[in-house]
Amino acid sequence: MKTKKTGRTKKIITNSIVHIGLAILGFIWVLPIAFVILTSFRAEGGTYKSYIMPRGYTLDNYKNLFDQYGSLVFTKWLTNTMLVAIASCILATFFVLSVSYVLSRLRFRMRKKLLNIALILGMFPSFMSMIAVYYILKGFGFLESGQLKLVALVLVYSCGASLGFYIAKGFFDTLPRTIDEAAYIDGASKWKVFTKITIPLSKPIIVNTLLTSFMAPWVDYIFAKVILGQDRAYYTIAIGLWTMLEKEFAEYYYTTFFAGCVIISIPIVILFLFTQRFYVEGTAGAVKG
Amino acid sequence: MAGKKQKRFSKPMFLGEYGFGTAFVHGNVITKLSAIIFGLGNILHKQIMRGLLYLALEAGYFIYMTSIGIKALQDLTTLGTKTQEEVFNEAKGIYEYVVGDNSMLCLLYGVVTLFVTAVFIAALTSSVKSAYDSQLRKELGKSIPNFVDDIKSLTNSKLQATLLAVPIIGVIAFTVVPLVFNIFIAFTNYDRDHQPPGNLFDWVGFDNFVAMFKTGGVLSNTFWPVFQWTIIWAVFATFTCYILGMLLAIVINREGTRFKGFWRFLFVLSIAVPQFVSLLTMRTIFNTNGPMNSLLRTLGVIDVTQSVPFLTDGSIAKITIICINIWIGVPFTMLSTTGILNNIPKDLYEAAKVDGANALVTFFKITLPYMLFITSPSLITAFVGNINNFNVIYLLTGGGPESIEYYYAGKTDLLVTWLYKLTITNKDYNLGSVIGIIVFVILATFSLLTYRRTASYKDEEGFQ
Repeated sequence: MKTKKTGRTKKIITNSIVHIGLAILGFIWVLPIAFVILTSFRAEGGTYKSYIMPRGYTLDNYKNLFDQYGSLVFTKWLTNTMLVAIASCILATFFVLSVSYVLSRLRFRMRKKLLNIALILGMFPSFMSMIAVYYILKGFGFLESGQLKLVALVLVYSCGASLGFYIAKGFFDTLPRTIDEAAYIDGASKWKVFTKITIPLSKPIIVNTLLTSFMAPWVDYIFAKVILGQDRAYYTIAIGLWTMLEKEFAEYYYTTFFAGCVIISIPIVILFLFTQRFYVEGTAGAVKG
Repeated sequence: MAGKKQKRFSKPMFLGEYGFGTAFVHGNVITKLSAIIFGLGNILHKQIMRGLLYLALEAGYFIYMTSIGIKALQDLTTLGTKTQEEVFNEAKGIYEYVVGDNSMLCLLYGVVTLFVTAVFIAALTSSVKSAYDSQLRKELGKSIPNFVDDIKSLTNSKLQATLLAVPIIGVIAFTVVPLVFNIFIAFTNYDRDHQPPGNLFDWVGFDNFVAMFKTGGVLSNTFWPVFQWTIIWAVFATFTCYILGMLLAIVINREGTRFKGFWRFLFVLSIAVPQFVSLLTMRTIFNTNGPMNSLLRTLGVIDVTQSVPFLTDGSIAKITIICINIWIGVPFTMLSTTGILNNIPKDLYEAAKVDGANALVTFFKITLPYMLFITSPSLITAFVGNINNFNVIYLLTGGGPESIEYYYAGKTDLLVTWLYKLTITNKDYNLGSVIGIIVFVILATFSLLTYRRTASYKDEEGFQ
């Protein structure tokens, strides 16, 4: 009787320690995010402050963001990013699905070689070749106007995405081959099997690929910066916001920058929480047994 | 080569299962001639469209070569000979620039021509194989596919060609060609003093590699410390996030913990915020006069006039970066390990409990080995990703604090951020490419060594 009681008090103590620990850790993890949100409502302008809690609160930073004049055009950046993201996520999903399906389900002479080449390509630092990409795009005439630069971004993002086929390939590997074989016996062509059987079974991985490639343009800024250069009207959101922190703007736009961060974080947070479910399902495999 | 190997087989092979060598050696005169006149074998076997396509490819190649290609290959060997000059124009009375060769473009067009030639060679072998295929079919009395059959096969037996065509073209144009171009640059003197179009650059062989490793040189004095820090960083960043993330997942998953979903949400939130936002925020928080320092001052940990150089002192910055990286990385591990943790057979834990093992022992003897077994491939990927982790370093410290002893690198620069500084800021493209190649060699060796090991693991059929 007595040992049971001490066992229970021990359990209560460990449980409370665990919960207090989690609360402290959770606080640390949320603090920087809270800082972003608080600063976005800060009434005092200027850059760094030595305190965390703002002295006054305002919505002007958000208003500032949307009635832009001059070269910092937030709404334009939003539409640019949206267009690039939609176009590149459709293209990238198409590429990733094709590549991973072929490498997972079809057997042909070059298969092993292609897999090895993809592995090797992945080991070079990705922006080592950025300068060459810049000149290739220039050679094709993609850098002559702002709109074409955005098209170039779409091309680069989606072509780069086709090398990231591993998750989708892993998914296709888990689909039972017997379904395919049954269809072949019934006289279906490989194209039919791909479009009528595999694709409908692959919803989780399709959604996952769509969303991950949709999010990439919102956060990439190195490549976008190199390609878009000084063309501020055609910036994507990431480099646009980054510009607000440049020396000539920082003093006035610092709090506006954080307001912009909050605005773009909201859809990404929602999308992410949404993908997370598919991500777990997607890697766990679709059909069991 | 392939032909030699397969010579011992009797002549009629299975259709579609022979290499170029076999086809060329065993083919008849028409098949052999198909290597010179593309598509000849196909045209003579009434596959007019297929034959004409091959022929068109060949014609296109020769037109390209005579108009641009041969000049481009010559330029590739010299990298341009005519420097841009200033010439006095007497009619206008001003100095004018006379356009010279642009070494950079010479190199780029040269590389493109090499790839076009590779396509040409592929077309050549394919032409011979296709001719041999038709020849075999005729000899065996089988039907020879017409153009409609060819189109149909693209959705069936040759589906891979249809689906891979566009992605492969994209990857070649935006990844492979630029990469080859940059590998070539490592063997030139394309640095700040040799910038086209004003100046030419030239092949220098292995000079850049020698400079990078020569003891006592400023480059090798930079390279070795940066290399050392890259490895230390990658090891710490990978394992701290891995172990701590797993511990967090275990703590949240354990029986007694309540509000599991809420805790998970708290930690996952930080993944969902775009990384450049959270990193720039961290940079602000740990600034010399930032909130962290003023908090320490208010608490009386440091004097009012003092500040902890979180990101401005070499060694402290390194520690700060690793800590901030824990903030970023732990939720990722937590998320990805939660599912796997639930799959560990429960009887293993019960057996351990019966044997009187405490929590620590169970973790090191059961959980960790099981997790290492399942997640070792993703651990390798994480390590590789950390060696190439540009964002964290670049956004937090920009590689700083700067150091006079280093060649345009700071105390916290990784090889990749140094590469970025060398190419984008300083235009020493040759040195940047050398670093890129070194990073590749490190990663390739590492992956080869470890992947082999995990493969041998896999043969053991699961965790027992």
